[in-house]
Amino acid sequence: MHPILKLVLQRLALGCLLLVAASALIFAGTMILPGDVAQSILGQSATPQALANLRAELGLDVPPVQRYFDWLGGVLHGDLGTSLTNRLDIADTMGKRLGNTLFLAFWAAIISVPLAIFLGLLAVRYEGRWPDKLISGVTLASISIPEFLIGYVLIYFIAVKLRMFTTVAMINDGMSLGEKLNAIALPVIVLTLVVLAHMMRMTRAAILNVMQSAYIETAELKGLSSFKVIARHAFPNAIAPIVNVVMLNLAYLVVGVVVVEVVFVYPGMGQYLVDHVAKRDVPVVQACGLVFAAVYICLNMIADIVSILSNPRLRHPK
Amino acid sequence: MGNMLLEVRGLKIGATIHPPGEKSRDIEIVKGVSFTLEKGRVLGLIGESGAGKSTIGLSSMAYGRGGVRITGGEVHVNGRDILKLSPRGLRAVRGAEVTYVAQSAAAAFNPAKKLMEQVTEAAVHHGRCSREEAEKRAVVLFKKLGLPNPETFGNRYPHQVSGGQLQRAMTAMALCPQPDLVVFDEPTTALDVTTQIDVLAAIKDAIRDTGVAALYITHDLAVVAQVSDEIMVLRHGEMVEHGETDQIINRPAKEYTQALVSVRSIEHQEKTLAAPVLTVDGITARYRGTKFDVLSDVNVSLAPGQTLAIVGESGSGKSTLARVITGLLPPSAGKIDFAGRTLSRDLAGRSRDDLRELQMIYQMADVAMNPRQTVGTIIGRPLEFYFGLKGEAKRKRTQELLDQIEMGAGFIDRYPAELSGGQKQRVCIARALAAKPKLIICDEVTSALDPLVADGILKLLLDLQKAEDVAYLFITHDLATVKAIADSIAVMFKGRVVRYGTKTEVLTPPFDDYTDLLLGSVPEMRLGWLEDVLSSRRMESAGN
Repeated sequence: MHPILKLVLQRLALGCLLLVAASALIFAGTMILPGDVAQSILGQSATPQALANLRAELGLDVPPVQRYFDWLGGVLHGDLGTSLTNRLDIADTMGKRLGNTLFLAFWAAIISVPLAIFLGLLAVRYEGRWPDKLISGVTLASISIPEFLIGYVLIYFIAVKLRMFTTVAMINDGMSLGEKLNAIALPVIVLTLVVLAHMMRMTRAAILNVMQSAYIETAELKGLSSFKVIARHAFPNAIAPIVNVVMLNLAYLVVGVVVVEVVFVYPGMGQYLVDHVAKRDVPVVQACGLVFAAVYICLNMIADIVSILSNPRLRHPK
Repeated sequence: MGNMLLEVRGLKIGATIHPPGEKSRDIEIVKGVSFTLEKGRVLGLIGESGAGKSTIGLSSMAYGRGGVRITGGEVHVNGRDILKLSPRGLRAVRGAEVTYVAQSAAAAFNPAKKLMEQVTEAAVHHGRCSREEAEKRAVVLFKKLGLPNPETFGNRYPHQVSGGQLQRAMTAMALCPQPDLVVFDEPTTALDVTTQIDVLAAIKDAIRDTGVAALYITHDLAVVAQVSDEIMVLRHGEMVEHGETDQIINRPAKEYTQALVSVRSIEHQEKTLAAPVLTVDGITARYRGTKFDVLSDVNVSLAPGQTLAIVGESGSGKSTLARVITGLLPPSAGKIDFAGRTLSRDLAGRSRDDLRELQMIYQMADVAMNPRQTVGTIIGRPLEFYFGLKGEAKRKRTQELLDQIEMGAGFIDRYPAELSGGQKQRVCIARALAAKPKLIICDEVTSALDPLVADGILKLLLDLQKAEDVAYLFITHDLATVKAIADSIAVMFKGRVVRYGTKTEVLTPPFDDYTDLLLGSVPEMRLGWLEDVLSSRRMESAGN
């Protein structure tokens, strides 16, 4: 077997194993949370008999290990269970929410990833001079300001003063793509500002590290322009560390946007999770946790695989 | 002046250095050097490290490595001063009119790109020809340089070909844009002697066939004598002597050049064999997780106060043998007897006396010392560890050792960064000696040093051997060193000892094939040596 295929398959198998482990952790975690769904549904005045009935009805009296495997079996069949509070199928409700979150993350990524890499290349080209310092300064400032503050500042100046875009990022199926993009413009800007600095700085550091290599001198002595040297000779050798940071930030765009979603009242996964945590709706929390874990593991696995593929020694063995 | 390609006038090059614990200051690396080079001629630049030869070579492309700056003078290429060009004008010269071949091709090729793309890049970038033409030209060059499968060679990545092949590919890369001048910066220094001779011949042929002019930079006078028309000797950034190759080699005018020509002047009478202090008995070893033996059935022995030289090219298992003897790599078969006892296979099973009596000196003295410790601490550590010396006694003994390695009182409080390469190696020798060992394993201890400095180290080692009766296991790929220091020799090839005996036995014909090849590949300091060797090899292969 080609060694690279073997490595990739190894990563995939490891990813699956990790996901199972994560599911067990999530299940155990929600088990040891204080509080009781039956109690919170029926309230403090419920009789012990009513509580016991409801528990039996919700399947809460079955031993935890068996419940875990029932749940895991359901998940493998695409059945994430039913919400305890509103009796809706979780997979259905969450599907729509996840779609919205991915929509937002997708556009934020489309803008922030190329921009971060381009700014990183630019910072390397003008290392130590004012463009480098300006880029570093601005991106660092934007990552240091809490995202809700950036959100409100943008709402005030752009939406309220300049009357561009909308303050509330509500989207629904009836809207055209243009309308949707108009609605999510502000949250996309906020997310871009939040993830930009990290990726840009890693790009800069990774490429600067490669710039010390002897083959960069070779390229310079061929008479190539500085930018060509950086883009053609340095960048391909810096892909692995850059991809890792890019993927971490993409994962953040999916699982870490709770605050931004709340600020812009965006119907995404974050709000969904927060709502149901407050209601002690354990199956929903479990399902959300599992989806978040899957996103994280998948993206990091992709980063690993891209790193492997970007290494010519692994791609073309002797 | 129609033939003049390169004209350097009063070239001054400076740099800012940052010595530890002192203020940064500017130093002058090249102090006003002038020379000219006509079209199609090859000028050898020779000198020790720090003489400024690479710096001068790169100045012909107006390039300063690291913090190096050209501070004065003129560099005319094809009639114009390139130091006055704009960055854009300069880029038009680099890679087009002047190209560069680096010392380590393995590092100078981009690992992420195919060889063909890199070899043709400069020619295409400067619009000298189309990509197709450049690729055709590259294939012709690959063929000329004797690379295997020239048609498909360019499809490979740098890691897929050997060091010698990469060095030739780098030469092809430099010649592909059809430049007027190629700067060769120690192009064969990193190669084994057996590989060096082929690469040298390939470079020489390529220079002759293309009619390109070249600056050939090296510290090895015997090598530069084979390829250059004229030689310039440099020292401390100044020109010592500049003349035709024949004159420099055969009738050097300056004292320094004479010293360079007559280097390796050590006469060493081999000693008669005695009862061995070290016996390596049937050692077979492999690295963990690999499937082939790096050493197979190695048998050698070494008498007290004598030197056994282990020679062979890289990958022949020389250093692995040292690792087995020191216990760093437990062998899979065989045993090692040392000073009348059998040593434990691995390090953990060895007593403190085993450790003390068996010391090592490494190739890279600067990475073998803690840069944050003074010379006194470095040498004092084994004194304290093995003999429990402290305070004044330790300091006194340290000073004795420093005197033995011919370094005076001022050195005890210095840091390694404040020492020269030769001094660092001397400190490492003193550290090994501090343990009062019976055997010191010297792993390529002179390969990183300039010939004159290396000579001093070898003389010191011989003197110390006489005084302390210590045995040396001397690992090297340099046969001149072997002749200077060895009492007995083991020639290694692919993990086996192919020839073993006293120095006279090993170096007296008839030779086995490999020893013959190895001995015949050592450059000799005479004109026409390369041609003689190549033609005698051709005759042999024609005769077979």
